Amino acid sequence: MSPADYQQGDAVRIMYVHVPSAWLATAGYSGLALCSVASLIWRHPLADLAAAEIGPVGAGFTALCLATGSLWGKPMWGAWWVWDARLTSVLVLFFLYIGHIALVRAFDDPTRGYRAGAILALVGVVNLPVIKFSVDWWNTLHQPASIKLTGSATMAPEMLWPLLICAIGYTLAFATIVTMRTRAAVMERRIRGLLMARAASDPGA
Amino acid sequence: MTHLAFVAVAYVLGIGIPIAYALAAWQRVGAARRKLAAIDPRGQRP
Repeated sequence: MSPADYQQGDAVRIMYVHVPSAWLATAGYSGLALCSVASLIWRHPLADLAAAEIGPVGAGFTALCLATGSLWGKPMWGAWWVWDARLTSVLVLFFLYIGHIALVRAFDDPTRGYRAGAILALVGVVNLPVIKFSVDWWNTLHQPASIKLTGSATMAPEMLWPLLICAIGYTLAFATIVTMRTRAAVMERRIRGLLMARAASDPGA
Repeated sequence: MTHLAFVAVAYVLGIGIPIAYALAAWQRVGAARRKLAAIDPRGQRP
């Protein structure tokens, strides 16, 4: 079992939920942006459907990140929320997800909705480096990154390994949920097509 | 154990939200599959 932190006590265990959900919130938005590129450049119908299905899942994981961050912040900082650059930029990410969900579903013609959503998703990409580097660019209450690709982790291995295992589990869950939702969306599109073809061939029915 | 209530709520959300999404997706796939099987002519070929 992962040990309690010498300063944070058992509240450090919130990290095992908070950090993977934060990683997936940004990774999910990167996936949304890649689908938007495929949608705008190649007009790939599967990219449209995948982008529309990543949005709600990404919003859920961003909400989870914000909620667990608040649950950690109250006992550690003494506040549920502070207008810190990292927290605010993640809140902006949540609003970007919500805006994408609303925009994709706001048009009678789904193709227009997918195009508008793709443009919003690409504009919102500018927020990803802001989230990543907010703790370096500004003097934030949120701590800087403990795990870096370019250096060794500033975290004890007894805490690092459980965190990585949780991150793998959450990533698999995220990918499975998005794949299932996209599969359902493909079938629903075929159902709509068949029903429309049936209605067109039998107008009296 | 310190801050037990905060840790417990975080884990309830951390497990509950992905499970809720997975169950909803599973239900949606099942409903779409049943409806498609009922109307898809490709599924009715011998």
